[in-house]
Amino acid sequence: MPDREGGIVNGFDFFIDPSRCIGCKACMQACMECDTHRGRSMIHLEFVDRSVSTQTSPVVCMHCEDPACARVCPADAIKQTEDGIVHSSLKPRCIGCSNCVLACPFGVPHYVAEIDQMMKCDMCFDRTSIGKKPMCATVCPSQALYYGRAEDIERMRVETPINQFQFGQQAVRTKVRLMSTPATDQLDFDILSFMPESDNQVPDITEFAIWGT
Amino acid sequence: MPEKAAGPEPGKGTGAIIMATPTLDEIGLIERYGPHLQYEPSGGWTDYPDSTLVKTHCCFCGVQCGIQLKVHENKVVGFEPWEEFPVNRGMLCPKGVKRYLQNDHPDRLLAPMIRTQDGFREATWDDALNRTVEAIRRIQAQYGRDAFAMLGGASMTNEKAYLIGKFARVALRTANIDYNGRLCMVSAGAANKMAFGVDRAANPWSDIPLAKAVIIAGANIGECFPILTDYVWRARDNGAKIIVIDPRMTPIARTADLFLPVRPGRDSALANGILHVMLERGWVDQEFIEAHTTGFEEVERLVSQYTPKRTEAITGVPAASIMRAAEIWGPAETSMLLHARGVEHHSKGVENCLSYINLVLASGRIGKPGCGYGTITGQGNGQGGREHGQRCNQLPGARDIENPEHRKFIADFWRIAEPDLPRTGLTSCEIFDAIEAGKIRGLLTISFNPLVSIPDADRTRAALEKLEFLGCIDFFLSETGRYADVVLAGSLQEEDEGTVTTGEGRCVKLQQSVTPPGDARVDWEILTDLAGRLDCKEYFPYAIPNDIFRELAAASKGGSADYSGMTYARIEKNMGIFWPCPSHNHPGTPRLFEDGRFHHADGRARFFGYEYRPPAEDVDSEYPIFFTTGRVVSQYLSGNQTRRIGPLVDQYPEPLCEVHPVLAAKLGITDGDIVRVQTRRGEIELPAHVVRTIRPDTVFVPYHWPGRKSANLLTNRVLDPISKIPEYKVCACRIEKVAL
Repeated sequence: MPDREGGIVNGFDFFIDPSRCIGCKACMQACMECDTHRGRSMIHLEFVDRSVSTQTSPVVCMHCEDPACARVCPADAIKQTEDGIVHSSLKPRCIGCSNCVLACPFGVPHYVAEIDQMMKCDMCFDRTSIGKKPMCATVCPSQALYYGRAEDIERMRVETPINQFQFGQQAVRTKVRLMSTPATDQLDFDILSFMPESDNQVPDITEFAIWGT
Repeated sequence: MPEKAAGPEPGKGTGAIIMATPTLDEIGLIERYGPHLQYEPSGGWTDYPDSTLVKTHCCFCGVQCGIQLKVHENKVVGFEPWEEFPVNRGMLCPKGVKRYLQNDHPDRLLAPMIRTQDGFREATWDDALNRTVEAIRRIQAQYGRDAFAMLGGASMTNEKAYLIGKFARVALRTANIDYNGRLCMVSAGAANKMAFGVDRAANPWSDIPLAKAVIIAGANIGECFPILTDYVWRARDNGAKIIVIDPRMTPIARTADLFLPVRPGRDSALANGILHVMLERGWVDQEFIEAHTTGFEEVERLVSQYTPKRTEAITGVPAASIMRAAEIWGPAETSMLLHARGVEHHSKGVENCLSYINLVLASGRIGKPGCGYGTITGQGNGQGGREHGQRCNQLPGARDIENPEHRKFIADFWRIAEPDLPRTGLTSCEIFDAIEAGKIRGLLTISFNPLVSIPDADRTRAALEKLEFLGCIDFFLSETGRYADVVLAGSLQEEDEGTVTTGEGRCVKLQQSVTPPGDARVDWEILTDLAGRLDCKEYFPYAIPNDIFRELAAASKGGSADYSGMTYARIEKNMGIFWPCPSHNHPGTPRLFEDGRFHHADGRARFFGYEYRPPAEDVDSEYPIFFTTGRVVSQYLSGNQTRRIGPLVDQYPEPLCEVHPVLAAKLGITDGDIVRVQTRRGEIELPAHVVRTIRPDTVFVPYHWPGRKSANLLTNRVLDPISKIPEYKVCACRIEKVAL
C-alpha cells in the first residue's frame, strides 16, 4: 500500500469519543490557528445541556461516504476528494443558501454571514495534506479527538469505533468514526443523586442547623 | 483613608502625589493600559515564511506543556504543537494554544513608568531605579529593614526565584520576602515535608496510567490541568477505577466510577472515614506500616470514631459511597492519589493533605510503578518557585531558614555573615496584614497581582493605599500595578531563558524566543541592576541566566531539592531532569522512595491524624450557603495575561455564580438572573448559572476577575496555622436575586 493517498497518511483515521471530552475548547481554539483559517474555527463544541451536566460534544465533520451536504447543494460547491474528504464550500460557487446546513444529519456546516459562505471542517486539509495530524486532534487534552490507526485505538481503549448511523430511513456511513461506549446503563448527572437523601434540600434559613459540629 | 485628606505626612513625599494610590480613574487606566483584547498575531493573519520554531514550554500551569513558538522578526506570531515532548506529546489546552497572543500585545509595557498627578509617565531606567532605591533606603532607615517587603511569584523561572530570594536577603536584607505560591501550593508542600520529609510529588505523571485505583481529591483536572485528563483516561482504559472528590461535578467527575460530592471544608473527615473502613476490612499493609512508617497507632485510634454514618453526617457524602471508596482503594493492586487546591485552600489545608496521605501510607502503595501520590501544582513553576529561596521560611535547595546548618551553608555560599542572613519573615497575606498595621511601609512586587488574588480584596486595596512606596516589576500593568509609584517594565516568559520545575518534579528548559520590546528589560537584569544600586554588585555577578542557574544548582547541593548535577545541556538533552540529581552522571529521580526510604532522618514516613474541625467561617442562619471559588479552563490566576487574549476571554467572558436548581428555585432565581452574593467581607453582583453540577448548599464563583465582580472581595483571609494558605475554598455567604 502506498504510504499516502491524496496526501492523507494512509491507515490513519479520525475518531471522536465525546465521553472523554472535558469541554475545554482547545480543539476550536487550535482550529482557528490552522494555516488558512485566519482566526475562524471550522469546528464547534456543543454543551449537550449545561444546566444538567458538563457533558460536551466536539463536532467535527464526519466526512460521509455519500455526503448529504454535497448532494443538496444547488451550486455544486461542496466537493469530495478521492481520499474521502468532504471539503468546505468553494468560494466562487457557494451561494450561501444554507441547504447544506439544514441537510447535514450531524449539524456540522455553518453559514458564515460576513462572507456569505458555508464553512466547515475539511479534516485539516492544510495539515493532513502535508502529512501532519489535524490540529484539533493533536492538541486535544483528553484525546476525545484522536487521529491514528484503528488497530491502535481498538487495542488501547474499551470503546469501539462505529461509522454507520441510522437517521430515520436514512443510513449514513462516515469516514470519521465515533467511539461507542460499551454497555453503560445510565449516567446520572444530578449531584443530588450522589448525596444522602436527608441532604437533598437546602435547609430552611430560619431553622438552620450547622452541619457536622 | 483618613490620612489622604490630612495632606502630606512625614515620609509621604511632597504631598502633590499621594503615594501608592492611582491618580487616573479606572476608565482612563483601562483605555491606556488595558485589558485590551488581542485576537490575532500583531502582523495579522499572514504566512510568515521566514518564521522559526522555538521548542519551549507553555507559561500557564504546572504541567508546563512543551510547545513550539513561531517567531518572526523578534515577535511570537503563532505556535506549532511539539509532539516529541513526552509529557504532553503535542496536546495543549486553550490557554496553551492562545498563549502566543500575549506577545507583541498593545498593552505591553515598553518602558519604566513613574506615577504622576494624572497617571504615569515613561521614565528612564536610571530615574525609575534610583527612585526605587531611594524609597527602599528611606523606608529602611526610618522604620527598619523589615519595613520594606518583597513579593515574588511562582510563574517565574527557577533562576528568578533564586535571584529574588537572594536579592531580598542580601541586597534588601529584609526578612519579609514571600511569593504568590503562598496562595497556591504551601499546604501540600508543608504536608509533604511532614509526611515524607521532602516536598515534591512522589511520582511522575506516567505512573497515573499504571494505577488500578485513582483518587482525585479537590482537583478540577479537566479545567486546571487539562493535559492530565488523558493520563486519567488511559488509567481507566487499563482498568482503573476513578474516584473523584469535589463539591462540584467537574468534567473529570462526570464519568468517574465513584463521585463523592463532599461538603466544602470537610475533607479531613472524609479521608478519616475512608481509612476507617479500610481498617475495619483489613485493607491496610501492616508490613509496610511497621517497616517504613511511624505514628500509625494514633491514627488508627483517631479514625475508629469515623464510622461511615458519622462521616456521612459531617461530609454530606453517603455512607455507602464512603464504603465503596474504601472497597475500590483498599485492595487495589496499584494506586495513585492526586489532590490540588480544593483540599489545600483551607485553614486546615495541611491537615486535609495529611489525612489523604494517610490513605496512601496505609495502603503501602508508594515508591513503585503505578503506586504513589502527587499534589498537582497550579502555577507555571509552582514546584521550582518554592525551592530556591523565594519563600519567607526557606533558603535555596528547599533548605530551612531556621536550621543552623542550613543557614551557615547558605551564608557561606553567599559570602555573608550568618547573623546578617534574615530569619523567617512574614508570609504573603501576613505582609498585607502588616501593611495594614503600619509595620511594613514599602513593597516591591514581581509577577504578583495581590489585589485580585488575596482574599478580602477591599482590605488589600486599603493596604496598598497605605504604602509609602509600591514598586512593581511586570510586563502588563496589573490591577495592583495601578497603585504603583514606580513600574519597572520586565519580561514575558518567552523573552528570557531559564528553567522551571513542573508538577512532577521535572526541571525543564525554557528558551528565549524573542528579546523584550522597546525599553523593557529581562527581570533578572532589573534585579541585578537594583542590587548594584544598593551597593551589592559583587554578590550578583551575572551576565547570562545560565550564570544564575549554575549558582542555584551549586547552592542546592546537599539540600533537599538537589539540582547540583543538572546543566542546561543535560536538561535539554533529556527533555527535563527530575530532582534530586546530585551529580553530573546521576540520571535524576522520576519516582521517589523506590528504596523504601523516606527523606526523614530515620527513613520512615509519618502518619499524622487530625480530628475534623469546621472551617474558620462555617455557615449559620445569617450566612447559610457555602461559598467556594476556583478556576475556569480559559483563564489563568489573576488574569493579568489571559484577560488580554481575545479568544480566551470570549470563551468565558465574565464570572458566573453557579447555583443548583433546588437552591435557585427556593430563592426565585432563574438562569442568567443577576444575583447578589454577600459575605461578612463584601458583596458582588453577577449572573447566576443554574446547574445541577454543584451541591445545593454551595455556590461557586471563579476568581480570575478584578473590581466589583471579584470573588476575592468575599473570601476569608484566615490562614492555615502551618502553611499560612488562606481559606479560598470555603466561607459562608447569602445569595439573593437583584431586583432590576
